[in-house]
Amino acid sequence: MTTRSGIDLLPTSRPLQLLDKRGRRAPKTRGGGLAMPDDETLLAAYRALVVGRRFDRQATNLVKQGRLAVYPSSHGQEASEVGAVLALRPTDWLFPTYRDSVALVTRGIDPVEVLTLLRGDWHSGYDPVAHRTAPQCTPLATQAPHAVGFAHAARLKGEDTVALAFLGDGATSEGDFHEALNFAAVFRAPVVFFVQNNQYAISVPLARQTAAPSLAHKAVGYGMPGVGVDGNDVAAVIAAVAQAADRARSGGGPTLIEAHTYRMDAHTNADDATRYRTDEEVAAWRDRDPVDRITAHLRGAGLLDDARVGAVAAEAERVAADLRERLPEQTPPDPAELFAHVYSSPTPQLREQADLLRAELAEEV
Amino acid sequence: MAPVSMAQAINAALADALADDDRVVVFGEDVGALGGVFRVTDGLTAKFGEDRCFDTPLAESGIVGMAVGMAMNGMRPVVEMQFDAFAYPAFEQIASHVAKMRNRTRGALPLPMVIRVPYAGGIGGVEHHCDSSEGYYAHTPGLTVVTPATVADAYGLLREAIASPDPVVFMEPKKLYWAKEEVTLPARTAPFGRAEVRRTGTDATLVAYGPAVPVAMEAAAEAVAEGWDLEVVDLRTIVPFDDDTVMASVARTGRAVVVAEAQGFAGVASEIAARISERCFHVLEAPVRRVTGFDVPYPPPKLEHHHLPGVERVLDTVATLQWEDR
Ligand SMILES: Cc1ncc(C[n+]2csc(CCOP(=O)(O)OP(=O)(O)O)c2C)c(N)n1
Ligand SMILES: [Mg+2]
Repeated sequence: MTTRSGIDLLPTSRPLQLLDKRGRRAPKTRGGGLAMPDDETLLAAYRALVVGRRFDRQATNLVKQGRLAVYPSSHGQEASEVGAVLALRPTDWLFPTYRDSVALVTRGIDPVEVLTLLRGDWHSGYDPVAHRTAPQCTPLATQAPHAVGFAHAARLKGEDTVALAFLGDGATSEGDFHEALNFAAVFRAPVVFFVQNNQYAISVPLARQTAAPSLAHKAVGYGMPGVGVDGNDVAAVIAAVAQAADRARSGGGPTLIEAHTYRMDAHTNADDATRYRTDEEVAAWRDRDPVDRITAHLRGAGLLDDARVGAVAAEAERVAADLRERLPEQTPPDPAELFAHVYSSPTPQLREQADLLRAELAEEV
Repeated sequence: MAPVSMAQAINAALADALADDDRVVVFGEDVGALGGVFRVTDGLTAKFGEDRCFDTPLAESGIVGMAVGMAMNGMRPVVEMQFDAFAYPAFEQIASHVAKMRNRTRGALPLPMVIRVPYAGGIGGVEHHCDSSEGYYAHTPGLTVVTPATVADAYGLLREAIASPDPVVFMEPKKLYWAKEEVTLPARTAPFGRAEVRRTGTDATLVAYGPAVPVAMEAAAEAVAEGWDLEVVDLRTIVPFDDDTVMASVARTGRAVVVAEAQGFAGVASEIAARISERCFHVLEAPVRRVTGFDVPYPPPKLEHHHLPGVERVLDTVATLQWEDR
């Protein structure tokens, strides 16, 4: 009886990187064979990062103005949010969490529809089929088995769709994370598990989630490759996700990617991050800012000039202004909808209850 | 016509659905080569291949979660939970996703899938193998909850469950798996949401579902000797609930006893009793009574006969229905 050592599945000792924190080409050894995305892709990433960051800041401001109930910001994580989406084909499916609004905007979903959940109008605002994007998932890690099932069904149907599940570091402690990775590996499902390790699950640091050498190391236990990547290096994120997606598409099975990044803002507006982390720690991560990094790289490579920076900034402002303007202010959702989608057709009991509510509302006016 | 067991009828329904619809897939624990611990999936892998009926790793949440993803991608998964109490690890998936996906997405992502749950006791099973867990599902909006009491219904209701655009929790009374009836398959039975009057009577209505239906039938047969002509209503589907048939029956008889194997407190039987009281108050000759399991964790095999609502307890309860006023 022999066992596989699994050494080939282990992540590198340091996260893969293509661009260092100043935007210079990282030493070849740090890239682990990842291919630098082409210029056009990097420019598209730059644009998405700037727009995504502006959207994120706008959403945070909308909370302060009382126009959104809550917003979990991904400020600081934009390279991971954007890179994971841009590495995929539009036909691939995303299984995002509440944290991943910037990924959804990158996918092309109307920002107003992205925020429907957080405005409290409905539980999800966009058409998941049209955008190949599952509704944002709140119960931690529970979307991961959905990605596995979706991907397995694609294989059975002879389609080459890949499913990418977004997860947080804290979510890797949940049972569904384990079950999903195990199923994906056993069925060789075309899935990419994309963990954004932003170092905290609300207030709880990574050290309280796991004693593993890194989250990417967990992959070896399931028999799939684990990849650690600098999550603030959009070039490396795109390259790592593209590589995993190619493998999945060609029948090579799933990959676990751990993107090392940092949540610059609090967990949500309702959280006070000063209770559990220091200013020094935050400052150190600010120095690794993902937008500054790609900007420096593109400028250094002569791919980005002031005119283009200005144009992208103006576009980002337009996205924010448009969001402010169109976010519905005074159009309450239709109460009749409460009963409309519970079943394909309402049960007699639901019809009775809908009538009751309608009568109550009629009496009010 | 040949005698067919409920397990065979369910097996035939699965086989026919697999044959009729490429989107149907069957999976779970030991459902492949073994054919399931109750042999309900016997022969399906051999006949339809590994892609259509397959074993999974041991993880109920993973099984149901995977089914959710497959249903999102156009398949019609039918998954087996090995036993009632072993479906609990999947409860988060069931309550948070299976039940809510259609509603969350305003109808854009319906989940046509079936979760088969062998349930309830009466087979001398040890702990964790005999729970009546239907109340958890019935209390969860978005789920259709079905439980056959006859062989024909086991076939007909399962075919409808697999064809349904909504997720169905299909509760299979274990103790009836081996019960045989003369039926010709494929059997077509009444659609979801329709209860059946299994026995007509004029004096009182016994409302039952799943494993309690044969008990109610036997009690009705024995009641004749006591001078009571009892009607028996078999719900068939707990959700959607057929108020019309139940209330029409109680309106005719003026008395009602709800019989269910599950513990009674805050359960399906209580819901039924409350509905009857609200809707039939003015025609009731006596308070609506419930005969259920005790509010105890399911007993060990040597004590389960005390717990299960039997014919005697049903008749004792019928005796309290204020017959002196007749
Ligand atoms: C099953 C479950 N338990 C608890 C919560 C409450 N909760 C919401 S976010 C969160 C922290 C998650 O941390 P992580 O997975 O690292 O993702 P992040 O928020 O950092 O992106 C918790 C505990 C939840 N949503 N789901
Ligand atoms: Mg986190």
